[in-house]
Amino acid sequence: MTSAKHHIVTALVENKAGVLARVAGLFARRGYNIFSLAVAPTHDPKLSRITIVVDVDSAPLDQIVHQLDKLINVVEIRELGPSDSLERELLLATIAVDSQVRSEVIQIVAALGGAVLDVGVQCLTVELAGTPESLDTLEELLRSYEIVAIQRTGRVALPKLRSTGSQIDNLRIA
Amino acid sequence: MKLTGAQALIKSLETQGVEVMFGLPGGAILPVYDPLLDSSIRHILVRHEQGAGHMAEGYAQVSGKPGVAMVTSGPGATNIVTPLANAYMDSTPLVVISGQVASTSIGTDAFQECDITGITMGITKHNWLITDVNDIPQVIAEAFHVATSGRPGPVLVDFPKDIANALMEWHEPGEIILPGFNPITEPNPESIRQATELILSSKRPVLYVGGGVLKSRASEALSILVEQSGIPVVTTLMARGAFPDSHPLALGMPGMHGNYTAVTALQKADLLISLGARFDDRVTGKVSAFAPNAKVIHADIDPAEIGKVRTPDVSLIGECRRSIEELTRSLTERAATKAPGETPLLPLQISDWIKEIRAWQDEFPLNYDKEATDTVKPQFVIESLSKAADDGTILVAGVGQHQMWASQYWKFDHPYTWVNSGGLGTMGFAVPAAIGAKVGRPDKTVWAVDGDGCFQMTAQEIVTATAERIPVKIAILNNAYLGMVRQWQHMFYDERYSEVYLSPDLPNYVGWAEAMGAVGFRVDTPEDVGPTIDKANEIDDRPVVIDFRTDVTEKVFPMVAAGASNDDIMVGPFGRKGESK
Repeated sequence: MTSAKHHIVTALVENKAGVLARVAGLFARRGYNIFSLAVAPTHDPKLSRITIVVDVDSAPLDQIVHQLDKLINVVEIRELGPSDSLERELLLATIAVDSQVRSEVIQIVAALGGAVLDVGVQCLTVELAGTPESLDTLEELLRSYEIVAIQRTGRVALPKLRSTGSQIDNLRIA
Repeated sequence: MKLTGAQALIKSLETQGVEVMFGLPGGAILPVYDPLLDSSIRHILVRHEQGAGHMAEGYAQVSGKPGVAMVTSGPGATNIVTPLANAYMDSTPLVVISGQVASTSIGTDAFQECDITGITMGITKHNWLITDVNDIPQVIAEAFHVATSGRPGPVLVDFPKDIANALMEWHEPGEIILPGFNPITEPNPESIRQATELILSSKRPVLYVGGGVLKSRASEALSILVEQSGIPVVTTLMARGAFPDSHPLALGMPGMHGNYTAVTALQKADLLISLGARFDDRVTGKVSAFAPNAKVIHADIDPAEIGKVRTPDVSLIGECRRSIEELTRSLTERAATKAPGETPLLPLQISDWIKEIRAWQDEFPLNYDKEATDTVKPQFVIESLSKAADDGTILVAGVGQHQMWASQYWKFDHPYTWVNSGGLGTMGFAVPAAIGAKVGRPDKTVWAVDGDGCFQMTAQEIVTATAERIPVKIAILNNAYLGMVRQWQHMFYDERYSEVYLSPDLPNYVGWAEAMGAVGFRVDTPEDVGPTIDKANEIDDRPVVIDFRTDVTEKVFPMVAAGASNDDIMVGPFGRKGESK
């Protein structure tokens, strides 16, 4: 479950072999906890963006950011405050259903803006893309049923436009 | 000009100005050892790769140039892991070249394959696996740049055998573009102004000087700051020599085995001006009780050190030398603007503070049983070595009791005359590091002080020293024990001595020294200490080893127990004037 102790760190890193290992290894050896991590190339093929949700109980955020910044492959790093950023996450879940609860599950997913992706004789696979909180809600509700498998992607985030004023350059990281 | 990768590597090292490297060949690095025969680079063949790493560290610490070591893949590479970790903790610039199996074999568990870039990720500033022969000039240039820029440290370049044998068209390295590596060198002027005000308003300031002052070659700048401001100085274990012990404002070493005055001055200060120090646990003791009433100015080139242990009131991120120079300039300018009739601002009006410090120095001197005649006191050996040493002699230590006594009782008056393993605490550091130091400064006498436990870990490198005609001198403080561990077992484990006895005679140190081509002496009595040191100092054509049989019961004092507050410093039986227990 997400909590107020979680902070988002977004880093632009060189798109090179082993960079993710360097980032993850730093967290491990300094005793910082990763809550979730998402990584993919950006529009610039030389760069990837890593979005890490960290548990700041494990270390002061400043220290985490400074240590990450020391990695040669980390080009830029910043913290995104929850109120200054847009966060999204995707959840996929397969739920065991019989004829009695099938429609209940479908209704819950629909009410939260999700969709049914696949229907089997004994199972449903559903998706929800949204804020981490809405995913938490769905996950909580689905616990009343038999969850066969669940996978969340971890958060991705970008700064909110209003938090950056009219300066488009403030939005460009690197 | 077509070159093999191996030739390009050697040429790249020459381009970086490498004069000496330490190493040991093996299968995967074989191609590189061939063009080395035609190179201007002096290669020193070690007996164990750990020796190569520590030699490169000793060389770097005294010369200011990066140390270079070369090893083969697999065990060659893993044997140099300890020096890399040591150099990382002590911010020593090191470039290690490791051979690797052919790139086509990586990941197949080939003979002598190991993932050395994975292993060393956490103990290097950065490492590289070369995958294209054409990258060699650029990667080597980047490796030296990263090792020596900003906060210095070790790097590793992993070099597959097929890349060494491949052909490339030689080209000079291009501009170094590392978008994620831009060390800040100039301190922020506003922070300098704030620091200046803190200093001018302090009544009990202390300059807390760490290894960063040496790394940024700021000893002279520091002397000027001290002369202008009149602020007393403590030098940490990594900074011994950065400020002369003979200066009246030098208080010596703080920390777990620091002297009473240095420890207490930090505790009672109202302002710590930390210069290139990192609030190590061996200095702070219990952090929450460390210098409880002090404001802190923290100058460091590494932003991650700021606030890591203690939140400063003002941080100065930048090269230590520049921060010191700017502080001096700002203090002087500010002092010049005082109103007519006002008391001069500089030097600071802190005579009460200095008086208090002088009283501590008088009451709690560094001391031991100087009257003992029946046994050789280890502290007496260090004092005797120091007195007999030429000005500028380099002292190297291993890790343990002997290291602390060396740091306490040797008089350091010049920067880059003290080499030791501070952060990692690597036993066995002294012998190879001394050899590297002598290679870096052949014009200076190099003494290593070692423990009998340490000596047995790396003594085989004396063979290297003899073969390469590197005349280092080694003083073993032989108390037949792992002394520091024994001290803790005595003090904190009810004198239950577990696995610490080594025997004074096994090995036969004099015989061992002679077998390795060195001169060996043995000293059993205090009267023999001075004359034997004189004999050793006269030998300049081969290594010398002195086996000093020292008092096993002697402990390192003062001492702050691990995790205790620095207020609870134990000065030991002879640590208070007029008292002996």
